[in-house]
Amino acid sequence: MLLHELAHARSGDKGNVSDITVIAYEARDFALLRGLVTAERVQRHFSAFLEGGEGAVRRYELPHLGALKFVLDGALDGGVTRSLNLDTHGKCLGSLLLGMDIGDVHAPEPEPEPEPSPEPNPNPEPESSGTRSSHGTRR
Amino acid sequence: MVTLQASGSERGALRIGSGAGFADDRIEPAVQLVESGDIQYLVFECLAERSVALAELERRRDPARGYNPWLPDRMAAVLPECARRGIRVITNMGAANPRAAGALVAGLARARALRGLSVAVVTGDDVLDRILERPDLPLLEREGTVGSLGDRVVSAHAYLGCEGITHALSQGADVVITGRVADPSLYIAPLVHEFGWDTSDWNLIAKGACAGHLMECGAQVTGGYFADPGYKDVPGLADLGFPIAEVHADGTFRIGKVPGSGGLVTPATCTEQLLYEVHDPSAYPSADVVADFSEVRFEESGHDTVLVRGARGRRRPDNLKVSVGYRDGFTGEGQISYAGPNALPRARLALDVLRARIEKQGITSGAARYELIGVDSVSRGLGPGSHGGPDPDPDPGLGLGLGLGTGDPDRLNEVRVRVAGRTDSEDRARRIAHEVSAMWLNGPAGGGGVVTSVTERIAIASVFLPRSDVTPSVTFAEV
Repeated sequence: MLLHELAHARSGDKGNVSDITVIAYEARDFALLRGLVTAERVQRHFSAFLEGGEGAVRRYELPHLGALKFVLDGALDGGVTRSLNLDTHGKCLGSLLLGMDIGDVHAPEPEPEPEPSPEPNPNPEPESSGTRSSHGTRR
Repeated sequence: MVTLQASGSERGALRIGSGAGFADDRIEPAVQLVESGDIQYLVFECLAERSVALAELERRRDPARGYNPWLPDRMAAVLPECARRGIRVITNMGAANPRAAGALVAGLARARALRGLSVAVVTGDDVLDRILERPDLPLLEREGTVGSLGDRVVSAHAYLGCEGITHALSQGADVVITGRVADPSLYIAPLVHEFGWDTSDWNLIAKGACAGHLMECGAQVTGGYFADPGYKDVPGLADLGFPIAEVHADGTFRIGKVPGSGGLVTPATCTEQLLYEVHDPSAYPSADVVADFSEVRFEESGHDTVLVRGARGRRRPDNLKVSVGYRDGFTGEGQISYAGPNALPRARLALDVLRARIEKQGITSGAARYELIGVDSVSRGLGPGSHGGPDPDPDPGLGLGLGLGTGDPDRLNEVRVRVAGRTDSEDRARRIAHEVSAMWLNGPAGGGGVVTSVTERIAIASVFLPRSDVTPSVTFAEV
C-alpha cells in the first residue's frame, strides 16, 4: 500500500531546506503513520537527494492534527535560487513521499455481518467496512 | 478610519481578505472579495524570498520600476470599489521601490477621481548600505560572511514587523504600500491598529501571526494547491475563492471565503497551510513574535468556515532577518523531445551525446543535470535506465516509489530531454543551450521542439541585523 492511501501532504521550502507535512485522512490512522513514517525512513526514501548526512531529516509530531512534519536539510540542491532542478522549490517532494510503499498495513478487520433486521434500513451508512475505496473523497 | 459597525460586521470582529498569495496570483478573486466579502481590509502578499533582489535589479535599469509588475492591474481592479466602501488596502507590492509604487497608486487614484484617498509608503527595509559597512556579518545556515560575497551583492532587505504599517494606518492611510515586511505582519498590523493590541502581548500577537500565516498564501487555505482527484476533491476549482479571516479582539478567529465562490475551507485545508514552510511548529519566528502553532486546533464552524484556536507566542527575536541578494553565475538550459517507437532509447542517446559534448568543453562549473521530463526530471535524473539511480534496498526509494521501476520503455510514446548547467559566465551558459539546439542536426533521429534559455542567477543569503539598526519610516504619496 502506498502512503498516498492514508495521508495527504504539502511541501514548502526555505533556502536549501524542504519541509513536508504528512496528514492522516483519518485520525485513527495517525498512530500507524507515526510508527511507519519515521525520520529514518523518510531519509532513506530521499537518500539520493539529501546532501546532509545522518540526521538530515527531523520529524515533529502533531497528534491532535493527525500530522507529521518533516524537515529535510540540504534537500533542494542549493534551494530555489541555485538549483538546477526543474522543480526548483521541491514542491513535488510531498507527492514523492506519498509514493512510499508502507507495505501490507491495515488488514481490514472483517465487519460482523449486520444482524438480520425485520425492517431494512432505508439509509445504510456508507463506508462501514473500515476498508478504503481508492476513489472516495476523503474530506 | 473604518469603523467595524459601518462595514457591516455585527459581532465587532474584523474581516480581512487575502487578495493575493504570491506575485503572480489571480486578480479576479480579489475583486470578488471587495464586492461580496464584507471585508474591512484587503491584503496582497506578493513577495517571495528572491523577489526583492530581482526587483532591485529592475530598479537599477529603470529607477521608476522595481515594484511588482501586477501592481497597476491589481489596483485598477479593486481601488475604486475599495475607496467607495472604505476598505483599506495593505500590500508589499512595493518590492524594491515602494515610493515609485506609491506614486503609481496615487496617480491611479487621481485618474479615477478618488479624491482624498490617502496612500502611505513604508520604507526602511532597504539596509544595503548598513550591510556593506559590516563585511564581518556571518551568513546564516552556511559558511562565509557578507564580505565573502564580494562585489556580487546587489540588495539587502530586512523583514520589517508591523510597526510601519500600524503607524500609517493610525495616520489615516487608506492604502499602505511596503517593500519587505514579514508576511504575517501584513495581517497583524490591522489587528493591532483596530483592536489596540499591545505588541508585547506575545500570545495575542501570535494569534494574529497564526491568522496571517493561514491567510498569506491566499487560496492555499481555500482549496488551492489541494485537489487530488478521487482523494481530495475540490468543488469549483476553476472559480476558486480567496480566504477571509474574521478575527475577534481576543484573537480567536475563523477562516472562511466568499459565499458562492469555488473551493473549500476545512480542517484539512487549514492543517496543510498552518504547517506550510514551518519547521519547528512550536517556534515559528517572524519579526513580531515567535509563534507556537503546536497546540492550534481547528473546528468546523459552519459551511466552509473553520474556527481556529490555540496559537501561543513568545517574545519576538531581538534581531531582524535580512535577505541579501547576490549574483551567482548563470544557468544554460535546453530541452528537446523524442516521440514514437523507441523514443526512450533515442532520448537516452541524446543525453549521452550532450553529456559528452558539454563535458569535453568543460563549460559548466561542475554542476549539470541530464534528465528526461515525464520520466525522471522531478526525481532529478534517477529514473529507469539512468546512471546512478538509487539502490532499491532496503527501501524501495524514489524510483520504485514512483512506479517507474517497472516502466516499459516501449510504452513511452514521447520523452523530453532536459539539460541544465551552472556556469560562471553568460557565454558558457549560451554554449550549453547551443549544444541542445545543435541536436536538430547532430543528435538521434526525430528530435523536435527545442527550447533553450540562458538566465543570470540571483541567489539569496541571510544575515541578522540588530533591530535597532533598522528604522521603518512612513511617507504619504500625494493624490
